[in-house]
Amino acid sequence: MKKVEAVIRHFKLEDVKNALSEQGISGMTITEVRGFGRQKGHTEMYRGTEYAVDFVPKVKLEVVVSDDNIKSVIDTVMRSAQTGQIGDGKIFVTDLAETIRIRTGETGEEAL
Amino acid sequence: MMAVRRLFKRLGLLIGVCTLFAMLSNPATGQVEGGRGLDASGLQKQVESVVETAESAALAGHNAWMLMCCALVLFMTAPGLALFYGGLVRKKNVLGVMMQCFFLMGLMTVLWALYGYTLAFGGPATIEVDGQEVANPDFNPYVGNFDHLFMRGVARVWDEAAGAPHTPMAGAIPAITFMLFQGMFFIITPALICGAYAERMKFSTMVVFTILWGTLIYCPLAHWVWGGGILAYGGAHSIAGGALDFAGGTVVHISSGISALVCALVLGRRLGWGHEDMRPHNLTYTVMGAAMLWVGWFGFNAGSELASNDLTSSAFATTHFAAAAGAVAWAMMEWITRGKPSVLGTASGAIAGLVCITPGAGFVNLMSALIMGAAAGVLCYFACGTFKAAFKYDDSLDAFGIHGVGGTLGAVLTGVFATRAAWDIAEGKPLGLLEGGDVLWGQIVAAAITIGYCAVATFILLKILDVVMGLRVSQEGELRGLDMNEHGEEGYIFV
Repeated sequence: MKKVEAVIRHFKLEDVKNALSEQGISGMTITEVRGFGRQKGHTEMYRGTEYAVDFVPKVKLEVVVSDDNIKSVIDTVMRSAQTGQIGDGKIFVTDLAETIRIRTGETGEEAL
Repeated sequence: MMAVRRLFKRLGLLIGVCTLFAMLSNPATGQVEGGRGLDASGLQKQVESVVETAESAALAGHNAWMLMCCALVLFMTAPGLALFYGGLVRKKNVLGVMMQCFFLMGLMTVLWALYGYTLAFGGPATIEVDGQEVANPDFNPYVGNFDHLFMRGVARVWDEAAGAPHTPMAGAIPAITFMLFQGMFFIITPALICGAYAERMKFSTMVVFTILWGTLIYCPLAHWVWGGGILAYGGAHSIAGGALDFAGGTVVHISSGISALVCALVLGRRLGWGHEDMRPHNLTYTVMGAAMLWVGWFGFNAGSELASNDLTSSAFATTHFAAAAGAVAWAMMEWITRGKPSVLGTASGAIAGLVCITPGAGFVNLMSALIMGAAAGVLCYFACGTFKAAFKYDDSLDAFGIHGVGGTLGAVLTGVFATRAAWDIAEGKPLGLLEGGDVLWGQIVAAAITIGYCAVATFILLKILDVVMGLRVSQEGELRGLDMNEHGEEGYIFV
């Protein structure tokens, strides 16, 4: 099992979710996050006082998939989250030790 | 505010006309047209009842409007100002500023009821002797006397002779209504200063400071300008002829704005000023608050006519026009200089326009109001941006930049644009510079005296309180935020 964490643009969330659902991914978790990479921040002006905003708001999407599906899930996220502009985000993939469904006690890919 | 005297005159005229009518239609035969039999005393009674009906109808109109205005001005402090300021601070201090506004609604009202009103308005500047209005020899032009201590001479009393309750009057309205209306100003004026010391002042010190400020600065100032004192227009004790201040440019905005600047300087900057993120945490509050202030200001300015008449309409319209021009002007300035008109700027511009028109609302005409509003939008834009940045003081929510600067500009421009066509206060004499009058000098002198007095008195108060109580919360408390540190609560709990 792998955990895919994708930091993406807010307005791409719906597209990514739909694309993953079509592919049979049945669950995911999202979090509002802030951070920066190459995009860097921007400045905002309030009554003449300028503030540099370094951390840009993004959405982090977490989805756990079986090893067989990992390639296609990454492709799907990339395809649906991409605009080609700087600031599209990143995908992180990690190995996952275990998954347990609390209701039934099922483990591993059964629990996905 | 100065309308009281004028209204007395009008009321006198009305009664005079009715009496004349009574005398004319009281022929020796005791007959009136139509041949109905009526003796002299019957006719007299009929006339009296007509006068009474006319008076009570007028009272109903004036009083209904003025009570509405009282509510509108209270509405300005909270939710208006509380939201306007609440949105501008960081979220850890949102309750702190809202509490300052809301608590003052309670505190200042209690002070006003006990002794504030009498310090401001106790003792008439003129008294009537044998039907002639003459200067009151016992009048103190610096501060009110104790005539109205604990609401004496304001509250309704039992009239033994008449066998009925008696309501003391102030011009066209009951003294109770006048007292209430003025009391709402007593609340909002110190509440405006909150903008300067926001996010760092100790609540206990703020309470004591505001009690002293209201007692030693607001009450005398209101007495000087509206109670016939040293800054009243055309009064017996006026310096440089006194000031035209329709609704509180001097008493409310210059006083609070200058005191705000002194607070910002004496308290010092917020921790992390200049390098930490101090963006307003919720501009949607701020915009809603500004809109409520705009609406409430109709009560503030148009209500300052203290009656419902033609001049009330004029003051209402000038108020609206100035707010509109201010909003557009500030937004345009940002658009031109920075490429984008900001929402905060537009809301601030409306407030700047409202502040500026306040002293002139009943004295200037409609097109002048547009100019005054726009001028305030432009000048306050620079005051809150360039000027504040250059001098590096932390007037956190721009209480000085908008109220101090806008109020002073308004006082001066009222001297330029005041016209007898709006309010013929000097019996036909021209008023503003534009129509060849000479009130401008009085406006400048009154503004200067107000600035000087408020700056010095506020400075002394703060210095004393700094030694006795301490002005600021601890560094740790400031980092935690006033909500937790001073009130033990949080504004936002999203579970």
